[in-house]
Amino acid sequence: MRIFDPHVHMTSRTTDDYEAMAASGVRAIVEPAFWLGQPRTSVDSFVDYFNGLLGWERFRASQFGISHHCAIGLNPKEANDDRLREEVLAILPRYLAKDGVVAVGEIGFDSMTAGEEAALEAQLALALEHDLPVLVHTPHRDKPAGTRRTLEIVADSGVPPERVVVDHNNELTVSDVMESGCWAGFTIYPFTKMDEHRFVRVIEEYGTERILVNSAADWDISDPLKVSKTANAMLDAGFTDDDIDRLVWQNPVEFFGQSGRLMLDEPDADRAATFEGNSVLRGERPVG
Amino acid sequence: MIPHDTEHLWISVRERASADGIRWLEEKTEAVARNLGAIAAAFPAVGREVGRTTLDPHDPDDPHTWRLDDAGRALLLVAIGERVREEIHGLYRHGDANERRGVLRALLFLPVGDSAVPLVEDAIRTNDTNLIAAALGPYAMQRLDDAALAQAVLKCVFVGVPISPLDGLEDRTTPEMSRMLADYAHERIAAERDVPAEVWPVIERYPPREEIAEIFSELDHPISERRHAAERALRDSHLLRSRDANI
Repeated sequence: MRIFDPHVHMTSRTTDDYEAMAASGVRAIVEPAFWLGQPRTSVDSFVDYFNGLLGWERFRASQFGISHHCAIGLNPKEANDDRLREEVLAILPRYLAKDGVVAVGEIGFDSMTAGEEAALEAQLALALEHDLPVLVHTPHRDKPAGTRRTLEIVADSGVPPERVVVDHNNELTVSDVMESGCWAGFTIYPFTKMDEHRFVRVIEEYGTERILVNSAADWDISDPLKVSKTANAMLDAGFTDDDIDRLVWQNPVEFFGQSGRLMLDEPDADRAATFEGNSVLRGERPVG
Repeated sequence: MIPHDTEHLWISVRERASADGIRWLEEKTEAVARNLGAIAAAFPAVGREVGRTTLDPHDPDDPHTWRLDDAGRALLLVAIGERVREEIHGLYRHGDANERRGVLRALLFLPVGDSAVPLVEDAIRTNDTNLIAAALGPYAMQRLDDAALAQAVLKCVFVGVPISPLDGLEDRTTPEMSRMLADYAHERIAAERDVPAEVWPVIERYPPREEIAEIFSELDHPISERRHAAERALRDSHLLRSRDANI
Protein backbone atom coordinates (compact mmCIF):
# COMPACT_ATOMS: atom_id res chain seq x y z
CA MET A 1 0.00 0.00 0.00
CA ARG A 2 1.32 3.45 -0.93
CA ILE A 3 0.28 6.25 1.38
CA PHE A 4 0.39 10.04 1.01
CA ASP A 5 -0.35 11.70 4.36
CA PRO A 6 -1.56 15.15 3.29
CA HIS A 7 -1.26 16.78 6.73
CA VAL A 8 1.37 15.81 9.30
CA HIS A 9 3.63 17.99 11.47
CA MET A 10 6.91 16.10 11.36
CA THR A 11 8.83 18.92 13.04
CA SER A 12 7.14 17.71 16.24
CA ARG A 13 7.85 14.02 15.62
CA THR A 14 10.83 11.74 16.04
CA THR A 15 12.95 9.96 13.48
CA ASP A 16 11.46 6.68 14.74
CA ASP A 17 8.12 7.99 13.47
CA TYR A 18 9.57 8.50 9.98
CA GLU A 19 10.85 4.94 10.07
CA ALA A 20 7.50 3.53 11.23
CA MET A 21 5.59 5.64 8.70
CA ALA A 22 7.80 4.39 5.86
CA ALA A 23 7.25 0.80 7.05
CA SER A 24 3.46 1.40 7.03
CA GLY A 25 3.61 2.49 3.38
CA VAL A 26 4.00 6.27 3.64
CA ARG A 27 5.87 7.52 0.54
CA ALA A 28 4.88 11.19 0.52
CA ILE A 29 3.69 13.81 2.99
CA VAL A 30 2.64 17.42 3.21
CA GLU A 31 3.69 19.28 6.36
CA PRO A 32 1.66 22.45 6.80
CA ALA A 33 3.16 25.30 8.82
CA PHE A 34 1.32 25.55 12.14
CA TRP A 35 1.41 26.59 15.77
CA LEU A 36 4.27 24.98 17.68
CA GLY A 37 2.36 24.82 20.97
CA GLN A 38 3.93 27.97 22.34
CA PRO A 39 3.66 31.43 20.80
CA ARG A 40 6.59 32.79 18.80
CA THR A 41 7.49 36.37 19.55
CA SER A 42 9.52 37.29 16.48
CA VAL A 43 9.25 36.96 12.72
CA ASP A 44 12.77 35.53 12.78
CA SER A 45 11.38 32.45 14.52
CA PHE A 46 9.11 31.97 11.50
CA VAL A 47 12.05 32.36 9.12
CA ASP A 48 13.90 29.59 10.95
CA TYR A 49 10.75 27.46 11.06
CA PHE A 50 10.03 27.83 7.34
CA ASN A 51 13.69 27.12 6.55
CA GLY A 52 13.44 23.99 8.69
CA LEU A 53 10.36 22.80 6.80
CA LEU A 54 12.10 23.38 3.47
CA GLY A 55 15.50 22.07 4.49
CA TRP A 56 16.04 19.80 7.43
CA GLU A 57 12.63 18.07 7.38
CA ARG A 58 12.90 17.36 3.68
CA PHE A 59 16.33 15.84 4.24
CA ARG A 60 15.19 13.84 7.27
CA ALA A 61 12.20 12.43 5.33
CA SER A 62 14.32 11.61 2.28
CA GLN A 63 16.41 9.24 4.34
CA PHE A 64 13.35 7.03 4.72
CA GLY A 65 12.28 7.28 1.09
CA ILE A 66 9.55 9.81 1.93
CA SER A 67 8.97 12.83 -0.35
CA HIS A 68 8.42 15.77 1.96
CA HIS A 69 6.41 18.79 0.81
CA CYS A 70 5.07 21.64 2.83
CA ALA A 71 2.37 24.27 2.99
CA ILE A 72 3.52 27.71 4.09
CA GLY A 73 1.31 30.13 5.97
CA LEU A 74 0.47 31.93 9.19
CA ASN A 75 -1.66 29.83 11.53
CA PRO A 76 -4.80 31.34 13.12
CA LYS A 77 -3.59 31.41 16.73
CA GLU A 78 -0.53 33.54 15.99
CA ALA A 79 -2.50 35.69 13.54
CA ASN A 80 -3.92 37.35 16.65
CA ASP A 81 -0.58 39.02 17.39
CA ASP A 82 -1.01 42.19 15.30
CA ARG A 83 2.67 43.01 14.83
CA LEU A 84 3.65 39.43 14.11
CA ARG A 85 0.78 39.04 11.64
CA GLU A 86 1.97 41.92 9.49
CA GLU A 87 5.61 40.84 9.63
CA VAL A 88 4.93 37.20 8.80
CA LEU A 89 2.54 38.08 5.96
CA ALA A 90 5.32 40.26 4.53
CA ILE A 91 7.83 37.40 4.26
CA LEU A 92 5.37 34.82 2.89
CA PRO A 93 5.79 35.71 -0.82
CA ARG A 94 9.46 34.78 -0.64
CA TYR A 95 8.59 31.33 0.74
CA LEU A 96 5.55 30.68 -1.45
CA ALA A 97 7.90 30.77 -4.47
CA LYS A 98 9.84 27.71 -3.39
CA ASP A 99 10.05 24.16 -4.69
CA GLY A 100 8.03 21.66 -2.69
CA VAL A 101 5.68 24.35 -1.38
CA VAL A 102 2.42 22.83 -2.60
CA ALA A 103 -0.14 24.97 -0.80
CA VAL A 104 -0.79 28.00 1.37
CA GLY A 105 -1.58 26.69 4.84
CA GLU A 106 -2.66 25.93 7.34
CA ILE A 107 -4.77 29.05 7.63
CA GLY A 108 -8.28 29.67 8.98
CA PHE A 109 -10.06 30.32 12.25
CA ASP A 110 -9.31 29.45 15.85
CA SER A 111 -11.40 31.89 17.93
CA MET A 112 -13.20 33.72 15.12
CA THR A 113 -11.41 37.03 15.69
CA ALA A 114 -10.89 39.99 13.37
CA GLY A 115 -7.14 39.31 13.30
CA GLU A 116 -7.74 35.73 12.19
CA GLU A 117 -10.15 36.87 9.49
CA ALA A 118 -7.67 39.46 8.18
CA ALA A 119 -4.90 36.85 7.97
CA LEU A 120 -7.22 34.36 6.26
CA GLU A 121 -8.28 36.85 3.61
CA ALA A 122 -4.75 38.10 2.98
CA GLN A 123 -3.47 34.56 2.56
CA LEU A 124 -6.28 33.53 0.22
CA ALA A 125 -5.20 36.49 -1.93
CA LEU A 126 -1.58 35.25 -1.80
CA ALA A 127 -2.77 31.81 -2.95
CA LEU A 128 -4.37 33.39 -6.01
CA GLU A 129 -1.25 35.42 -6.71
CA HIS A 130 1.11 32.42 -6.38
CA ASP A 131 -1.27 30.00 -8.10
CA LEU A 132 -1.29 27.63 -5.12
CA PRO A 133 -3.98 25.46 -3.52
CA VAL A 134 -5.03 26.24 0.06
CA LEU A 135 -5.20 24.14 3.21
CA VAL A 136 -7.75 25.58 5.63
CA HIS A 137 -7.97 24.60 9.29
CA THR A 138 -11.38 24.60 10.99
CA PRO A 139 -11.77 25.56 14.66
CA HIS A 140 -11.97 23.03 17.47
CA ARG A 141 -14.67 25.04 19.25
CA ASP A 142 -17.93 26.10 17.62
CA LYS A 143 -16.86 24.05 14.62
CA PRO A 144 -20.01 24.02 12.45
CA ALA A 145 -20.49 27.81 12.66
CA GLY A 146 -16.75 28.40 12.13
CA THR A 147 -16.75 26.10 9.12
CA ARG A 148 -19.71 27.91 7.53
CA ARG A 149 -18.03 31.30 8.02
CA THR A 150 -14.82 29.87 6.55
CA LEU A 151 -16.69 28.66 3.46
CA GLU A 152 -18.24 32.12 2.94
CA ILE A 153 -14.81 33.77 3.05
CA VAL A 154 -13.36 31.19 0.67
CA ALA A 155 -16.26 31.76 -1.75
CA ASP A 156 -15.71 35.54 -1.63
CA SER A 157 -11.95 35.21 -2.15
CA GLY A 158 -12.11 34.12 -5.77
CA VAL A 159 -10.01 31.01 -5.13
CA PRO A 160 -11.79 28.18 -6.99
CA PRO A 161 -13.30 25.72 -4.47
CA GLU A 162 -11.57 22.72 -6.05
CA ARG A 163 -8.25 24.30 -5.02
CA VAL A 164 -9.23 24.48 -1.33
CA VAL A 165 -9.22 21.71 1.25
CA VAL A 166 -11.20 22.46 4.40
CA ASP A 167 -9.72 20.25 7.07
CA HIS A 168 -10.60 18.55 10.37
CA ASN A 169 -14.21 17.81 9.42
CA ASN A 170 -16.68 15.80 11.42
CA GLU A 171 -20.20 14.45 10.88
CA LEU A 172 -21.72 17.92 11.36
CA THR A 173 -19.52 19.85 8.90
CA VAL A 174 -18.98 17.43 6.03
CA SER A 175 -22.19 18.16 4.11
CA ASP A 176 -21.59 21.94 4.01
CA VAL A 177 -18.03 21.42 2.79
CA MET A 178 -18.99 18.89 0.12
CA GLU A 179 -21.77 21.16 -1.16
CA SER A 180 -19.34 24.09 -1.42
CA GLY A 181 -17.20 22.24 -3.98
CA CYS A 182 -14.17 22.36 -1.70
CA TRP A 183 -12.27 19.24 -0.74
CA ALA A 184 -13.04 17.82 2.72
CA GLY A 185 -10.14 16.77 4.93
CA PHE A 186 -10.52 14.36 7.84
CA THR A 187 -8.04 14.15 10.66
CA ILE A 188 -7.99 10.79 12.38
CA TYR A 189 -6.94 11.25 16.00
CA PRO A 190 -6.75 8.82 18.94
CA PHE A 191 -9.33 10.66 21.10
CA THR A 192 -10.49 13.89 19.49
CA LYS A 193 -11.62 15.07 16.04
CA MET A 194 -12.52 11.79 14.27
CA ASP A 195 -11.64 8.10 14.55
CA GLU A 196 -11.15 5.63 11.72
CA HIS A 197 -14.48 3.82 12.25
CA ARG A 198 -16.51 7.01 12.24
CA PHE A 199 -14.57 8.04 9.14
CA VAL A 200 -15.51 4.79 7.39
CA ARG A 201 -19.19 5.57 8.05
CA VAL A 202 -18.71 9.03 6.53
CA ILE A 203 -17.24 7.72 3.29
CA GLU A 204 -19.90 5.01 3.13
CA GLU A 205 -22.30 7.92 2.85
CA TYR A 206 -20.24 10.45 0.84
CA GLY A 207 -17.90 8.27 -1.24
CA THR A 208 -14.18 8.92 -1.72
CA GLU A 209 -14.25 11.75 -4.24
CA ARG A 210 -12.81 15.13 -3.05
CA ILE A 211 -11.94 13.63 0.33
CA LEU A 212 -8.52 13.59 2.02
CA VAL A 213 -7.60 11.63 5.14
CA ASN A 214 -4.67 12.61 7.33
CA SER A 215 -3.06 11.95 10.70
CA ALA A 216 -2.27 15.62 11.49
CA ALA A 217 0.20 14.09 13.94
CA ASP A 218 1.90 16.79 15.99
CA TRP A 219 3.08 17.47 19.56
CA ASP A 220 -0.28 16.49 21.03
CA ILE A 221 -1.70 12.99 21.56
CA SER A 222 -1.76 11.86 17.95
CA ASP A 223 -0.60 8.96 15.80
CA PRO A 224 1.43 9.27 12.57
CA LEU A 225 0.24 5.80 11.48
CA LYS A 226 -3.46 6.77 11.47
CA VAL A 227 -3.72 6.88 7.68
CA SER A 228 -2.53 3.28 7.47
CA LYS A 229 -4.92 2.29 10.27
CA THR A 230 -7.77 4.01 8.45
CA ALA A 231 -6.91 2.06 5.30
CA ASN A 232 -7.12 -1.14 7.32
CA ALA A 233 -10.50 -0.09 8.74
CA MET A 234 -11.69 0.51 5.16
CA LEU A 235 -10.51 -2.95 4.16
CA ASP A 236 -12.40 -4.49 7.11
CA ALA A 237 -15.51 -2.59 6.05
CA GLY A 238 -15.36 -4.06 2.55
CA PHE A 239 -13.71 -1.26 0.57
CA THR A 240 -11.46 -2.47 -2.27
CA ASP A 241 -7.72 -1.88 -2.68
CA ASP A 242 -8.59 0.55 -5.49
CA ASP A 243 -10.88 2.58 -3.20
CA ILE A 244 -8.11 2.77 -0.63
CA ASP A 245 -5.44 3.75 -3.16
CA ARG A 246 -7.74 6.44 -4.47
CA LEU A 247 -8.22 7.88 -1.00
CA VAL A 248 -4.74 7.60 0.50
CA TRP A 249 -2.67 8.24 -2.65
CA GLN A 250 -4.47 9.45 -5.78
CA ASN A 251 -6.63 12.06 -4.02
CA PRO A 252 -3.76 13.93 -2.36
CA VAL A 253 -1.71 13.69 -5.57
CA GLU A 254 -4.65 15.18 -7.48
CA PHE A 255 -5.26 17.95 -4.96
CA PHE A 256 -1.68 19.07 -4.32
CA GLY A 257 -0.72 18.31 -7.94
CA GLN A 258 -2.67 21.48 -8.76
CA SER A 259 0.39 23.37 -7.48
CA GLY A 260 2.56 21.85 -10.22
CA ARG A 261 5.23 21.43 -7.54
CA LEU A 262 4.89 17.86 -6.23
CA MET A 263 8.28 16.15 -6.18
CA LEU A 264 7.31 12.49 -6.20
CA ASP A 265 10.34 11.24 -8.15
CA GLU A 266 12.56 12.55 -5.41
CA PRO A 267 14.05 11.55 -3.09
CA ASP A 268 16.11 8.49 -3.86
CA ALA A 269 13.91 5.47 -3.23
CA ASP A 270 16.93 3.31 -2.41
CA ARG A 271 16.76 3.60 1.34
CA ALA A 272 19.73 1.35 1.98
CA ALA A 273 21.94 3.71 0.00
CA THR A 274 20.72 6.89 1.65
CA PHE A 275 20.76 5.25 5.05
CA GLU A 276 24.50 4.69 4.76
CA GLY A 277 26.19 7.57 6.52
CA ASN A 278 22.83 8.74 7.77
CA SER A 279 23.41 11.77 9.93
CA VAL A 280 20.09 11.29 11.70
CA LEU A 281 22.06 8.58 13.48
CA ARG A 282 24.33 11.41 14.66
CA GLY A 283 26.71 10.39 11.93
CA GLU A 284 27.42 6.88 13.14
CA ARG A 285 27.40 4.58 10.18
CA PRO A 286 25.31 1.45 10.64
CA VAL A 287 27.42 -1.55 11.63
CA GLY A 288 28.80 -3.45 8.69
CA MET B 1 33.26 16.73 -11.15
CA ILE B 2 33.63 20.45 -10.51
CA PRO B 3 32.88 22.79 -13.45
CA HIS B 4 36.00 24.91 -14.06
CA ASP B 5 34.48 28.13 -15.37
CA THR B 6 31.18 29.78 -16.21
CA GLU B 7 31.52 28.89 -19.90
CA HIS B 8 31.65 25.27 -18.81
CA LEU B 9 28.46 25.84 -16.77
CA TRP B 10 26.63 27.20 -19.80
CA ILE B 11 27.80 24.22 -21.86
CA SER B 12 26.50 21.84 -19.18
CA VAL B 13 23.14 23.61 -19.13
CA ARG B 14 22.82 23.67 -22.93
CA GLU B 15 23.65 19.96 -23.13
CA ARG B 16 21.04 18.87 -20.60
CA ALA B 17 18.23 21.40 -20.16
CA SER B 18 15.15 21.66 -22.38
CA ALA B 19 14.89 24.48 -24.94
CA ASP B 20 12.38 26.20 -22.63
CA GLY B 21 14.70 25.79 -19.66
CA ILE B 22 17.68 27.28 -21.53
CA ARG B 23 15.58 30.21 -22.74
CA TRP B 24 14.26 30.82 -19.21
CA LEU B 25 17.81 30.90 -17.81
CA GLU B 26 19.06 33.20 -20.58
CA GLU B 27 16.19 35.59 -19.89
CA LYS B 28 16.62 35.49 -16.13
CA THR B 29 20.38 36.03 -16.21
CA GLU B 30 19.73 39.16 -18.28
CA ALA B 31 16.83 40.23 -16.04
CA VAL B 32 18.78 39.96 -12.78
CA ALA B 33 21.71 41.83 -14.34
CA ARG B 34 19.32 44.72 -15.09
CA ASN B 35 17.22 44.48 -11.93
CA LEU B 36 18.71 42.84 -8.85
CA GLY B 37 15.26 42.45 -7.26
CA ALA B 38 14.33 39.83 -9.85
CA ILE B 39 16.64 37.26 -8.28
CA ALA B 40 14.41 36.69 -5.21
CA ALA B 41 11.74 34.97 -7.33
CA ALA B 42 14.08 33.49 -9.98
CA PHE B 43 16.51 31.81 -7.59
CA PRO B 44 13.97 29.41 -5.97
CA ALA B 45 12.44 28.56 -9.38
CA VAL B 46 15.63 27.25 -11.07
CA GLY B 47 14.96 23.59 -10.26
CA ARG B 48 11.43 23.75 -11.69
CA GLU B 49 12.38 25.72 -14.78
CA VAL B 50 15.82 24.39 -15.74
CA GLY B 51 15.79 20.92 -14.18
CA ARG B 52 17.59 18.94 -11.52
CA THR B 53 19.46 16.34 -13.59
CA THR B 54 22.89 15.37 -12.38
CA LEU B 55 25.86 16.66 -14.36
CA ASP B 56 27.69 13.39 -13.68
CA PRO B 57 25.57 10.40 -14.71
CA HIS B 58 28.31 8.02 -13.54
CA ASP B 59 27.65 8.70 -9.89
CA PRO B 60 24.35 10.51 -9.35
CA ASP B 61 24.24 9.59 -5.63
CA ASP B 62 27.57 11.24 -4.84
CA PRO B 63 26.67 14.31 -2.75
CA HIS B 64 29.60 16.14 -4.39
CA THR B 65 28.02 15.85 -7.84
CA TRP B 66 26.81 19.09 -9.40
CA ARG B 67 23.26 19.20 -10.73
CA LEU B 68 21.65 21.28 -13.42
CA ASP B 69 19.95 23.52 -10.82
CA ASP B 70 23.32 24.16 -9.13
CA ALA B 71 24.70 25.29 -12.49
CA GLY B 72 21.65 27.48 -13.20
CA ARG B 73 21.84 29.14 -9.79
CA ALA B 74 25.58 29.75 -10.17
CA LEU B 75 24.94 31.46 -13.51
CA LEU B 76 22.25 33.70 -11.97
CA LEU B 77 24.67 34.71 -9.22
CA VAL B 78 27.51 35.36 -11.66
CA ALA B 79 25.13 37.54 -13.68
CA ILE B 80 24.60 40.06 -10.87
CA GLY B 81 28.30 40.92 -10.75
CA GLU B 82 29.81 42.69 -7.74
CA ARG B 83 26.45 43.03 -6.00
CA VAL B 84 26.53 39.30 -5.30
CA ARG B 85 28.74 39.97 -2.29
CA GLU B 86 25.74 41.37 -0.38
CA GLU B 87 22.99 39.41 -2.09
CA ILE B 88 24.15 35.87 -1.27
CA HIS B 89 23.55 36.36 2.44
CA GLY B 90 19.81 36.97 2.00
CA LEU B 91 19.48 34.21 -0.60
CA TYR B 92 21.22 31.78 1.73
CA ARG B 93 19.26 32.81 4.82
CA HIS B 94 15.88 32.51 3.10
CA GLY B 95 16.95 29.62 0.88
CA ASP B 96 15.71 26.04 1.05
CA ALA B 97 18.29 23.25 1.06
CA ASN B 98 18.63 23.30 -2.73
CA GLU B 99 19.01 27.07 -2.92
CA ARG B 100 21.62 26.97 -0.18
CA ARG B 101 23.61 24.32 -1.97
CA GLY B 102 23.34 26.46 -5.11
CA VAL B 103 24.88 29.42 -3.26
CA LEU B 104 27.64 27.26 -1.79
CA ARG B 105 28.49 25.56 -5.09
CA ALA B 106 28.69 28.91 -6.88
CA LEU B 107 31.19 30.48 -4.46
CA LEU B 108 34.25 29.54 -6.50
CA PHE B 109 32.96 31.67 -9.40
CA LEU B 110 31.94 34.73 -7.39
CA PRO B 111 33.85 37.94 -6.54
CA VAL B 112 33.14 37.63 -2.82
CA GLY B 113 36.63 37.32 -1.34
CA ASP B 114 36.51 35.81 2.14
CA SER B 115 33.09 37.32 2.91
CA ALA B 116 31.20 34.05 2.31
CA VAL B 117 33.24 31.95 4.73
CA PRO B 118 30.49 32.30 7.41
CA LEU B 119 28.02 30.65 5.00
CA VAL B 120 30.43 27.74 4.52
CA GLU B 121 30.83 27.42 8.27
CA ASP B 122 27.05 27.46 8.76
CA ALA B 123 26.57 24.68 6.21
CA ILE B 124 29.27 22.52 7.78
CA ARG B 125 27.47 22.80 11.14
CA THR B 126 24.32 21.22 9.65
CA ASN B 127 23.78 17.49 9.44
CA ASP B 128 22.57 17.57 5.84
CA THR B 129 25.11 15.65 3.76
CA ASN B 130 24.19 17.58 0.60
CA LEU B 131 24.91 20.91 2.25
CA ILE B 132 28.15 19.72 3.82
CA ALA B 133 29.39 18.40 0.48
CA ALA B 134 28.38 21.60 -1.33
CA ALA B 135 30.11 23.71 1.32
CA LEU B 136 33.42 21.90 0.88
CA GLY B 137 34.14 22.99 -2.67
CA PRO B 138 37.36 24.65 -3.83
CA TYR B 139 36.29 27.94 -2.18
CA ALA B 140 36.27 26.37 1.28
CA MET B 141 39.29 24.18 0.64
CA GLN B 142 41.31 27.32 -0.07
CA ARG B 143 39.96 29.41 2.81
CA LEU B 144 39.15 27.37 5.90
CA ASP B 145 41.97 27.44 8.41
CA ASP B 146 43.72 24.19 9.35
CA ALA B 147 41.69 23.54 12.48
CA ALA B 148 38.33 24.20 10.80
CA LEU B 149 39.26 22.11 7.79
CA ALA B 150 40.38 19.17 9.93
CA GLN B 151 37.05 19.28 11.81
CA ALA B 152 35.16 19.52 8.52
CA VAL B 153 36.98 16.53 7.01
CA LEU B 154 36.31 14.48 10.15
CA LYS B 155 32.64 15.47 10.01
CA CYS B 156 32.48 14.31 6.39
CA VAL B 157 33.83 10.92 7.37
CA PHE B 158 31.36 10.80 10.25
CA VAL B 159 28.24 11.59 8.22
CA GLY B 160 29.30 9.71 5.10
CA VAL B 161 30.33 12.49 2.73
CA PRO B 162 33.21 11.11 0.62
CA ILE B 163 36.48 12.96 1.30
CA SER B 164 38.61 11.71 -1.58
CA PRO B 165 36.96 14.13 -4.07
CA LEU B 166 37.78 17.18 -1.87
CA ASP B 167 39.80 19.57 -4.00
CA GLY B 168 43.42 19.79 -2.83
CA LEU B 169 42.91 17.64 0.27
CA GLU B 170 46.41 16.18 0.03
CA ASP B 171 48.01 19.62 0.17
CA ARG B 172 45.75 20.75 3.02
CA THR B 173 46.34 17.68 5.20
CA THR B 174 48.11 18.51 8.45
CA PRO B 175 49.65 16.26 11.12
CA GLU B 176 46.64 17.13 13.31
CA MET B 177 44.19 16.02 10.62
CA SER B 178 46.10 12.73 10.22
CA ARG B 179 46.03 12.24 14.00
CA MET B 180 42.29 12.93 14.22
CA LEU B 181 41.48 10.42 11.51
CA ALA B 182 43.78 7.82 13.08
CA ASP B 183 41.90 8.24 16.37
CA TYR B 184 38.66 7.95 14.46
CA ALA B 185 39.86 4.69 12.86
CA HIS B 186 40.85 3.36 16.28
CA GLU B 187 37.43 4.23 17.73
CA ARG B 188 35.71 2.43 14.87
CA ILE B 189 37.86 -0.68 15.34
CA ALA B 190 37.28 -0.69 19.10
CA ALA B 191 33.55 -0.51 18.38
CA GLU B 192 33.98 -3.51 16.03
CA ARG B 193 32.95 -1.44 13.03
CA ASP B 194 34.34 -0.88 9.56
CA VAL B 195 36.65 1.98 8.69
CA PRO B 196 36.08 3.76 5.37
CA ALA B 197 39.11 3.03 3.16
CA GLU B 198 39.51 6.68 2.12
CA VAL B 199 40.74 7.76 5.56
CA TRP B 200 44.04 5.88 5.19
CA PRO B 201 45.72 8.17 2.63
CA VAL B 202 45.07 11.08 5.01
CA ILE B 203 46.42 9.16 8.01
CA GLU B 204 49.45 7.98 6.04
CA ARG B 205 50.36 11.50 4.99
CA TYR B 206 51.67 12.22 8.52
CA PRO B 207 51.44 8.84 10.26
CA PRO B 208 50.98 9.51 14.00
CA ARG B 209 53.18 6.97 15.80
CA GLU B 210 51.28 6.60 19.02
CA GLU B 211 47.84 6.30 17.46
CA ILE B 212 49.03 3.82 14.87
CA ALA B 213 50.64 1.70 17.57
CA GLU B 214 47.25 1.63 19.31
CA ILE B 215 45.55 0.53 16.09
CA PHE B 216 48.14 -2.23 15.63
CA SER B 217 47.58 -3.37 19.22
CA GLU B 218 43.95 -4.08 18.27
CA LEU B 219 45.28 -6.92 16.09
CA ASP B 220 46.14 -8.78 19.31
CA HIS B 221 43.08 -7.74 21.30
CA PRO B 222 41.49 -10.47 23.51
CA ILE B 223 38.06 -9.80 21.96
CA SER B 224 38.02 -11.54 18.60
CA GLU B 225 35.56 -9.06 17.02
CA ARG B 226 38.01 -6.25 17.66
CA ARG B 227 40.90 -8.27 16.18
CA HIS B 228 38.78 -8.95 13.09
CA ALA B 229 37.73 -5.30 12.79
CA ALA B 230 41.42 -4.28 12.93
CA GLU B 231 42.35 -6.84 10.29
CA ARG B 232 39.53 -5.67 8.00
CA ALA B 233 40.42 -2.02 8.45
CA LEU B 234 44.16 -2.39 7.95
CA ARG B 235 43.67 -4.37 4.75
CA ASP B 236 42.93 -1.01 3.08
CA SER B 237 46.05 0.70 4.41
CA HIS B 238 49.74 0.58 3.59
CA LEU B 239 50.67 0.73 7.25
CA LEU B 240 50.74 -3.00 7.90
CA ARG B 241 52.84 -3.70 4.86
CA SER B 242 55.38 -1.04 5.75
CA ARG B 243 55.52 -2.25 9.35
CA ASP B 244 56.11 -5.84 8.24
CA ALA B 245 58.73 -4.69 5.73
CA ASN B 246 60.61 -3.00 8.56
CA ILE B 247 60.72 -6.06 10.79
